[in-house]
Amino acid sequence: MCLAIPSKIVNVENDTAIIDVDGVRRQVSLLLLDQPKVGDWVIVHAGFAIHKIDESDAIESLQALHEVASYVDGGK
Amino acid sequence: MKHAGEYRNPEITHTILEKIRQASKKEVRLMEVCGSHTMSIFRNGIRQLLPDTITLLSGPGCPVCVTSQWEIDSFIALSQIENVIIATFGDLMRVPGTGTSLQKQKADGRDIRVVYSTFDAINIARKNPDKKVVFLGIGFETTAPTVAASILTAQKMGLDNYFVYSAHKLVPPMLFALMGDDKVCIDGFMLPGHVSVIIGVEAYRPFFNQFCIPSVVVGFEPADILYGVFLMIDQLEKNRPQLENAYRRAVTSQGNLKARNLLDKVFYVWDASWRGLGKISGSGLKIRNEFSAFDAQKVFSLNVSGSKEPEGCACGDVLRGYIAPPECVLYKKVCSPVSPVGPCMVSGEGTCAAYYRYHG
Ligand code: SF4
Repeated sequence: MCLAIPSKIVNVENDTAIIDVDGVRRQVSLLLLDQPKVGDWVIVHAGFAIHKIDESDAIESLQALHEVASYVDGGK
Repeated sequence: MKHAGEYRNPEITHTILEKIRQASKKEVRLMEVCGSHTMSIFRNGIRQLLPDTITLLSGPGCPVCVTSQWEIDSFIALSQIENVIIATFGDLMRVPGTGTSLQKQKADGRDIRVVYSTFDAINIARKNPDKKVVFLGIGFETTAPTVAASILTAQKMGLDNYFVYSAHKLVPPMLFALMGDDKVCIDGFMLPGHVSVIIGVEAYRPFFNQFCIPSVVVGFEPADILYGVFLMIDQLEKNRPQLENAYRRAVTSQGNLKARNLLDKVFYVWDASWRGLGKISGSGLKIRNEFSAFDAQKVFSLNVSGSKEPEGCACGDVLRGYIAPPECVLYKKVCSPVSPVGPCMVSGEGTCAAYYRYHG
């Protein structure tokens, strides 16, 4: 039931938003988010945006992943 | 998100896999307790990619699989009430109850509709003011806030024909129950990504402090899962168990406070019964008295008795990792996704269904 792909908010109207998931547009509820706005990347579950992705967290996540991956290469 | 592809990048997954192979010496058993992890692990063939030292087990993480037989029978009983429309997630339709299933009830003319979200259910209630719409609330901390939000919305709209049956379950108490079971043998837990989005990493601290077992919050892409496995292997080899967050782009230490507040506002915690695990203290959510008008369990007098789990189905043992699906005597012979005997064969998130699909 979980959509792992983050989606981008393209429109906000009251408590609902239109999101774009790899080119497909869907309506989601914003009732579980604080101050969402157009351009935010969100994680969606059962028709609700449940998390707003913070760009610096996303970069940190990726760095952690690359660190593990590069360590192997470098250690050969 | 511009980084999403990285988590499926074969170069990255291969290097992490190589690192796991280098690090893994001891034989270990790691359990995921999230249906979406189960699906991703099978779909991406991760069990076969890992070295023989690592066994992955699928625990009680599929919402329909952990729903008790009595709850399934109660859902079916609700569907038989005059003027009721049932709104449900699709997976519940084919779960066999003691005598029948929602799907069979639908074929018999009952009004049962599959919805994608609670707001679809609210819309059905708005469009059918002369009918009573009951949403079947199953699932964990990720889904429960969406159900809480729907009750508050119905209240705000003055809808008096929208009801919820809350059979929601909570993950941390389930982890306590698993570790408290002497027959269960698990060396590390892959903690559910989107449950953790809501409850936050710190929600597992009491569990971790008591059992001191590697516990890692993990995302759903192949690289996420392998990275999580690597962290657990690293902890186990170095004998340094930790509670770690390997899904930092989505999960914070405190979770989604707005969603947690909604949960507290609408629900209270009670001792729910789980399939296979029995009653677990503080493991379920029921609707608070102030929202009784929306509580299907209070509004409709259901009198369900004689619930029996399907004979021969070992779903409960599968959920605890005692056995793998092929060890169930009914697997493939009698039980298949086309005609499932137990819930673990129904849902795409169920372990038996995943085995059937990917291992044959
Ligand atoms: S194979 Fe079917 S009968 Fe056996 S445990 Fe799984 S769901 Fe139950």
